[in-house]
Amino acid sequence: MAIHNAVFPRELEDEAIYIIREVAAQFEKPVLLFSGGKDSITLVRLAYKAFYPGKIPFPLLHVDTGHNFEETIQFRDELVAELGLELIVRYVQDSIDQQKVTEETGKYASRNVLQTVTLLDAIEEFGFDACIGGARRDEEKARAKERIFSVRNDFGEWDAKKQRPELFDMLNGKINMGENVRVFPISNWTELDVWNYIREEQLAIPSIYYSHERETFERDGQILPYSPFMNMSEEESVSTRLVRFRTVGDMTCTAAVESTAVAIEDIIAEILSATVSERGARIDDKRSEAAMEKRKQAGYF
Amino acid sequence: MDVLKIATAGSVDDGKSTLIGRLLFETNSITTDKLEAIMASSKKKGLDYVDLSLLTDGLIAEREQGITIDVAHIYFSTPTRKFIIADTPGHFEYTRNMVTGASNANVSMILVDARNGVVEQTFRHFYISCLLRIPNVVVCVNKMDLVDYDQTKFEEIKAAFMAFAEKVRFPGQEISFIPVSSLYGENLVRQSAHMPWYEGVSLLSLLEAMPLEQHLSEEASRFPVQYVVRPKSEEFHDYRAYAGKVASGLLRKGERVVVLPSGQETTIAKIEKFGREIEAAQAKESISLLLEDDVDISRGDMIVPISQLPQQSRQLAATICWMDKKPLRVGGTYLLQHGVNTSRAKVSALSNLIDVATLGADSAVSELKLNEIADVQLKTAKEVFYDSFTENRANGAFILIDEGTNSTVGVGLIR
Repeated sequence: MAIHNAVFPRELEDEAIYIIREVAAQFEKPVLLFSGGKDSITLVRLAYKAFYPGKIPFPLLHVDTGHNFEETIQFRDELVAELGLELIVRYVQDSIDQQKVTEETGKYASRNVLQTVTLLDAIEEFGFDACIGGARRDEEKARAKERIFSVRNDFGEWDAKKQRPELFDMLNGKINMGENVRVFPISNWTELDVWNYIREEQLAIPSIYYSHERETFERDGQILPYSPFMNMSEEESVSTRLVRFRTVGDMTCTAAVESTAVAIEDIIAEILSATVSERGARIDDKRSEAAMEKRKQAGYF
Repeated sequence: MDVLKIATAGSVDDGKSTLIGRLLFETNSITTDKLEAIMASSKKKGLDYVDLSLLTDGLIAEREQGITIDVAHIYFSTPTRKFIIADTPGHFEYTRNMVTGASNANVSMILVDARNGVVEQTFRHFYISCLLRIPNVVVCVNKMDLVDYDQTKFEEIKAAFMAFAEKVRFPGQEISFIPVSSLYGENLVRQSAHMPWYEGVSLLSLLEAMPLEQHLSEEASRFPVQYVVRPKSEEFHDYRAYAGKVASGLLRKGERVVVLPSGQETTIAKIEKFGREIEAAQAKESISLLLEDDVDISRGDMIVPISQLPQQSRQLAATICWMDKKPLRVGGTYLLQHGVNTSRAKVSALSNLIDVATLGADSAVSELKLNEIADVQLKTAKEVFYDSFTENRANGAFILIDEGTNSTVGVGLIR
């Protein structure tokens, strides 16, 4: 792929803003799911523009696994303060303490799957009827199948075979009590579109997206960040590498890539020449061929 | 950079997935981890080749049955364009998903197996492309390698297709034919050496050069009000703007407009795009309008230039494609969503059930079943401000919602 793809198609922004405004108009209690990653940072920017000079008329919700990169949390708090947003945080640790979920054990233990329960509890607690998420269809094959307004039943489940037809740009947000809609305004963006947007809009992003020195170890051909939450085996050993992250998820399921990218242009150049996809660095997707579809069925976003 | 939206239809058998896989592969859009995952899955299924359909058939049920059930969206780009492929199912049972995928397309790409020629599915796909007024149709006659790259075969298929197409196509619709072999990449990205008789360009070149809908800005201007922005903050105390997406046409600062349904006239004082002021806004742009006068405007109202009034009625005549297991019946009441506006609607008459394969119409219709297409008359509770779909796609379509299930059960194209 060549460098000339480094232009952001502006009609994607118009489309996303239209979708976000539909959410504010059609739902009573929307919320924006915020992880601190580049996709949710993009969403916040779009929501800011959609209602400018008014305030974003819904809060952000962060489902905190407790296994976050410190830099992301710091970034999150700064962004919320700068834009005067309302932030709700719910903790996976609380779901564990309430014995609603059981912590996974073994080498691959992660809280990625557990956060679904915390999310569904938060939806119920606040009565959210629409959750705006930064999922993109180019990320993964089950996501490639999802509608922009994706209806979930009162258990938060996605039924792929019964999706509502979505015609032209008309979005039907009608739901029954207890159901909710997951909304994906950047469905039609690719990873490259997001980066080009961040570059053109000059958005700040957490430092871990840029090259930095970090204690890491190798597992299954991937570089994982070392942290006390990782269950390491005896053969695995920690060493310092120059790395960056392409996606920001739970520390236990996000692999790093070796990189010297210090500016956004470097990141874009790296993606253009990358031979591995973004979610190739997500251990949560590697559990099985249908890992994403199965998690979505259970209420994952 | 612009975006071209392509809708494809067909089953795994006509090599559609292989064709898409090839396009991705040749434009460097598949990464090695995705390719490795498909190779592993192909092996697990006992195949001795790499099944590229596994790339697009993203659901467990699809991979299990080897068919496409719902639309998958696939992205790739070249130096000139970003492409979005809506890969839609070809089976009759999933026509509603095909319509979903095709409704936003600029191009309809139809695959024909060179050995089998045009089949009923080909007609259905083309018919729906015409119904939705997709301006460009590309017919890929695939598997040319299996008919020895025979020109006669290609010409026969072209003639058979055109015999049907002439009866359904609309003026201005472009139809192109390309002989291809997805398996070997012939005429996809580069010109084939096996078919010197074919004088056209490769598929990718054709898609890169395809004109986008420039006419959108020449259509009558329609601005449906989506959301009222009222910050009520110190700094923007009296600020009031009407946010929305320009459905069609062009809006200019200083233009005299009328607000529907109130009929009040005013002038566009400012057009803002996220705080930045602009002189004019064209179709598909999300903007905010500020008006000279204080007028009563809420979501669902429409702002149009005083010289370009839309039709205005509580009676609608439309062609409907039904998308629900529970049939549509005369007397049934639904919620009609036209753009961002909604109104209750009652079906007052049903006629002309279309047989897509023969183009015959059955005039005596008592109900409209899943995936069927017919003409309806509707009576709405509120006045609807519309244009006919043939004149203005953006303001000429609506969906019907079942108020019991909240599901989208039909799509209507206003005549």
